[in-house]
Amino acid sequence: MSKDGSLGYLTTRLDAVIDWGRKNSMWPLPYGTSCCGIEMMATLAADYDMARFGAEAIRFSPRQADLLIVAGIINLKMAPILKTVYDQMAEPKFVISMGACASSGGIFNVYSVLQGIDTMIPVDIYVPGCPPSPEGLMHAVLKLQDKVARHDTHAHRRIAAAAGKLIANPQRTQGA
Amino acid sequence: MDIRKPIPTNGGDWNTKFGETWKAQTAKLRDKFAGAIEEIRMPVEYPTDVPVIYVKKDQIIDVLGFLKSEAGFEYNFLSDITATDEEADPRFEVVYNLLSHTLKCRIRLKVRVKDGEEVPTACALWTAANWQERETFDMFGIKFKGHPDLRRILMDERWVGHPLRKDYPLRGYQVFTEPMAAKPELLD
Repeated sequence: MSKDGSLGYLTTRLDAVIDWGRKNSMWPLPYGTSCCGIEMMATLAADYDMARFGAEAIRFSPRQADLLIVAGIINLKMAPILKTVYDQMAEPKFVISMGACASSGGIFNVYSVLQGIDTMIPVDIYVPGCPPSPEGLMHAVLKLQDKVARHDTHAHRRIAAAAGKLIANPQRTQGA
Repeated sequence: MDIRKPIPTNGGDWNTKFGETWKAQTAKLRDKFAGAIEEIRMPVEYPTDVPVIYVKKDQIIDVLGFLKSEAGFEYNFLSDITATDEEADPRFEVVYNLLSHTLKCRIRLKVRVKDGEEVPTACALWTAANWQERETFDMFGIKFKGHPDLRRILMDERWVGHPLRKDYPLRGYQVFTEPMAAKPELLD
């Protein structure tokens, strides 16, 4: 739109405009299993207000969500359930591993605890902390938006691989 | 300090409050179940907070039933059933923690069992014993004779071994990627 209010033109690539929409309207599925879940609720609530980044529509059905926030410890009895929930989400789907337990098992290096959800499902963003502060989760969402904008997520690579294409990773090609 | 040796103590607040009650109760138990009781450990003589009564395996239900209903005892509430792996012979001790709502005091019963031996179930006395015995079975592999539904309660049903046994490795992960199909008889 021009400054005088008349309609102008904007040329862009279709996948870029689709990803722009995706990154600004992520619908999270909250998988809160322990204290990280409380911090996630704080992030979603009015003080921190994740709606500012378009991620306020919490969906408790994996069919309607595209962002899985694993917030808390995943023990081995729950691991197959997490895998099922992830499998039920429609592509493109993104995963944030929130906190030490979800990322690595945390302090619970024992027989009953999954040592990191990335042994089960691909993870796009890890949030360090025990639990991470709401700012940490917000930072993760913003980082994920950056990754979506440059087509650099597991979901993009899966879709490209299914179409027989390779996606260049902008960060890697820049040699930074 | 060897924690197994008796240490000088007054037994704590509970012993001040309930010491006399416990003495009367254990004396009565000794009379009534002379053959069934192996050993009684009282708070001042042993480093324990409540009396620990070692009972023979076959008479444990009789003793529990007596403690539950007899006047002067009335341990009507089953706090917990658990076990310990002593790495000795016999290997396990099954622990019954009881609470009396009338007298407001607690007592502890223990049964020594060998690996593979069965303990009679307490489900007929307390409905709560059902899940507690399932947990004891799940964690230690101790079987309870006459239990209506002795399945694992905490670990996955495909799990091999019993994780709270001392010979189970601390990091003995068993990862299952596929969930189990729900059993139809459990869905109603």
